[in-house]
Amino acid sequence: MKLAYWMYAGPAHIGTLRVASSFKNVHSIMHAPLGDDYFNVMRSMLERERDFTPVTTSVVDRQVLARGSDEKVIRNIVRKDGEEQPDLIVVTPTCTSSILQEDLHHFVRQAQLASRCDVVLADVNHYRVNELQAADRTLQQIVEFYITKARKSGELDGLPQKTERPSCNILGISSLGFHNAHDLRELKALLRDLDIDLNLVIPQGASVHDLKHLGRAWFNVVPYRELGPMTARYLQQEFGMPYIEITPMGVVETARFIRQIQQILNEQGIPVDYEAYIQEQTLHISQAAWFSRSIDCQNLTGKKAVVFGDSTHAAAITKILAREMGIHVVWAGSYCTYDGEWFQAEVGEYCDQILMTEDHTRVADAIAQAEPAAIFGTQMERHVGKRLRIPCGVISAPIHVQDFPIGYRPFLGYEGANQIVDLIYNSFTLGMEDHLLEIFGGHDTKEVIHKSLSADSDLIWTREAQAELDKVPGFVRGKVKRNTEKFARERGLTEISVEVMYAAKEAFGA
Amino acid sequence: MNAALDSANALNFQCETGNYHTFCPISCVAWLYQKIEDSFFLVIGTKTCGYFLQNAMGVMIFAEPRYAMAELEEGDISAKLNDYEELKRLCLQIQRDRNPSVIVWIGTCTTEIIKMDLEGLAQKLEGEIGIPIVVARANGLDYAFTQGEDTVLASMAQRCPEQVRAEEQETRGGLQALFYGLRSGKKKEEEGFHKHPPLVIFGSVPDPVVTQLTLELKKHGIRVSGWLPAKRYGELPAIEPGTYVVGVNPFLSRTATTLVRRKKAKLITAPFPIGPDGTRAWIEAIARELGIPTQGLAEREAEVWNHPQVRDYRELLRGKSVFFMGDNLLEISLARFLVRCGMTVQEIGIPYMDKRYQAAELALLERTCEEMGVPKPTIVEKPDNYNQIQRIKALQPDLVITGMAHANPLEARGITTKWSVEFTFAQIHGFGNTQALLELVTRPLRRNAALKGLGWERLVREEAPI
Repeated sequence: MKLAYWMYAGPAHIGTLRVASSFKNVHSIMHAPLGDDYFNVMRSMLERERDFTPVTTSVVDRQVLARGSDEKVIRNIVRKDGEEQPDLIVVTPTCTSSILQEDLHHFVRQAQLASRCDVVLADVNHYRVNELQAADRTLQQIVEFYITKARKSGELDGLPQKTERPSCNILGISSLGFHNAHDLRELKALLRDLDIDLNLVIPQGASVHDLKHLGRAWFNVVPYRELGPMTARYLQQEFGMPYIEITPMGVVETARFIRQIQQILNEQGIPVDYEAYIQEQTLHISQAAWFSRSIDCQNLTGKKAVVFGDSTHAAAITKILAREMGIHVVWAGSYCTYDGEWFQAEVGEYCDQILMTEDHTRVADAIAQAEPAAIFGTQMERHVGKRLRIPCGVISAPIHVQDFPIGYRPFLGYEGANQIVDLIYNSFTLGMEDHLLEIFGGHDTKEVIHKSLSADSDLIWTREAQAELDKVPGFVRGKVKRNTEKFARERGLTEISVEVMYAAKEAFGA
Repeated sequence: MNAALDSANALNFQCETGNYHTFCPISCVAWLYQKIEDSFFLVIGTKTCGYFLQNAMGVMIFAEPRYAMAELEEGDISAKLNDYEELKRLCLQIQRDRNPSVIVWIGTCTTEIIKMDLEGLAQKLEGEIGIPIVVARANGLDYAFTQGEDTVLASMAQRCPEQVRAEEQETRGGLQALFYGLRSGKKKEEEGFHKHPPLVIFGSVPDPVVTQLTLELKKHGIRVSGWLPAKRYGELPAIEPGTYVVGVNPFLSRTATTLVRRKKAKLITAPFPIGPDGTRAWIEAIARELGIPTQGLAEREAEVWNHPQVRDYRELLRGKSVFFMGDNLLEISLARFLVRCGMTVQEIGIPYMDKRYQAAELALLERTCEEMGVPKPTIVEKPDNYNQIQRIKALQPDLVITGMAHANPLEARGITTKWSVEFTFAQIHGFGNTQALLELVTRPLRRNAALKGLGWERLVREEAPI
């Protein structure tokens, strides 16, 4: 048992649901007790999704405990097949169902016989993997399922025919991913510039029927470390497809990403040369490289920062801070503890120390000890920053609704680099402004103004009423006080009791 | 499918599949830890429970809440680790860091399935570490959302003392201060109060609501001797055999049962003090049971209804239809209030319907429908959200009261919604909160009025399946 207040990565089924519900026309059925379908709320709220989240629950209740799910799961699968006619139903176990030890495989096989759609059981162990690992596995599982299916039915023989022009797949764009929708748009624009066609994006918006065509692309792009690598490796085994694991985040990494595309295409006999494009973008189009030469950025030299997030974003931001802006990264860390070696290899040379932990109190303590000028982390680090009065830029999930901006905010590619410059620069200057205000004693004179408005009151507040007033939240207390006094004056009362307060509240509705 | 429409004669009760969206009952820690100021809530469950609480509680989570997860690991599930030792280690840590007056263990689905004997362990550990440990099994196998509070209060009810020491009577629960003022030393004579057996109110409501309802009863000479829960665990009300108890919320049936069966209290069955009609009926029922005459309640109710703002809001609701998908058990009371405001209720979805505990509320709903001349709604227990959405599509209600999972998708289809969870967090009890309650209900309608004429009602493509 461990005492926990906060977790960075969610439980395994969240990962499965994120992948499954990103596909078009795929329905998930959770084998779970009432209330475990909180995923639907998150998707509907955070992503402001217009459509119903294609997730339902086959409810585990007392009866199921006593007698087993029996026909219930099967009935629910067949019912959903009839109601919504999905292409695929993903039966999703939860922590509760995994300790029931029911033979869900058997239910799935039975249901498959009676359903028109495909039915698969997500292969994730709740007590061994988290949201991110489960998402990676589920994507690979679905891809493998459909490629195997196509092979069996003879739709896919040997190696698939490559597209005529160079093309690629993008693996790992998903629902509830940090700025994923914007990143996808930016990646598409970048590929267009490089004259490369997009074969398929998975899982976001893809149809499972298209998965058999994945092999037509010349190579795969895996922008995020957390979701996609398993699928990329599977496709390499299956079709010998090369893949790019570099995250094009920051000017230097974006160039490295483009050069690797160049190398892959060269190896497949296409003599492309992107050097001129990289030069033009870096020096003249993107603002990020120019920013690092400007006086603004000079002022940031040697300032201390700490970085914490998922592997992809924490590593990329650390490299941007250290390599592209000359900022001193005291420590960089990630909660993807299962992927520690990779993280070490990526950022080892760009920071003094590395912190791999899922415990937010260790992160908070490390921030307090380092006393950085700015923090780049998740929403949790933002709140630690608030407490310590250190500004924080949010660079990674877990996130809030404000991290799903409506405006265009990619983190990837050249526009992403511009956005990151703004994020970093704004974090540092805001901190500086605050500090200067403190040194000069602030410029807040509202105390004086208030005095003339609320002095000389002829009314007496009883102690109980005063105590009741103190319970009112600060931001409306003044209004409540004014309304109550007005109410009392109008009625010629000189003493304000709790009763008078509530009578006034009713009269004013405030 | 539209049985909701042709049930003009009597309330029609149905039961569906139970495939609906609601919050897990462990969410009750979110408001109970704030209500009981010296408590600490330990939820014994998995990452799934923790993830839900973390997201459902939103920004509260960052304010160092007095709650934590005891996260079960594989070794706990397979009984490689000793439950007792593990819980002792965590509770000692909590005692050291926070020093609470009570630790509440919330049992979850997992502790049910692996049959962890929380009650037995608590009794033993309580003796060893010297802090009371209250056990509540607020799990999703048995309960929905607000019923979590019911399980906690039912456990706490058993900890209520039979009587309070004399020297404490002055300060207990802050209620005496309301009656006599804080001037210590001499006790004011009990003028204004009728002589009646002790009365305890159960249900967790914000402190201002406690004050308002207590004062409302005081106007009729009824003295509240305590609330379950009180602000502090040490101030749980005294309940002796014969103490009268009354609920403020419709989801407290286990607590009521426990008070009656275990504490030998007398339950006053009343409609709930939600809306001025409900508040008046609640006070009348209490007064009737205690044998106390009331005066001026009709005028008081009328005064609230006639408040200019309340009239404006009612005007907005008049003749409109409302559909409750059902997730928090407040549905019957809210529906009754909205019928009184002039609305037609098409369907009342509800997770669980205790016809005995809610008897007076159901009777008032029926009477209200008759008096307002609207058909009596169908009450759908354990609803099926998919079927409900088909019915909503057919009925096109003016307002759907629903959870967040369905709100945005319905709005995108031109159906106006109100998020149901807000009713559980906002102050909606008593005469004084009528405006606040109407403010919530009318907000989406006022928003519609503000955006009228933009032609942006339906924001999904025609072919989108509902």
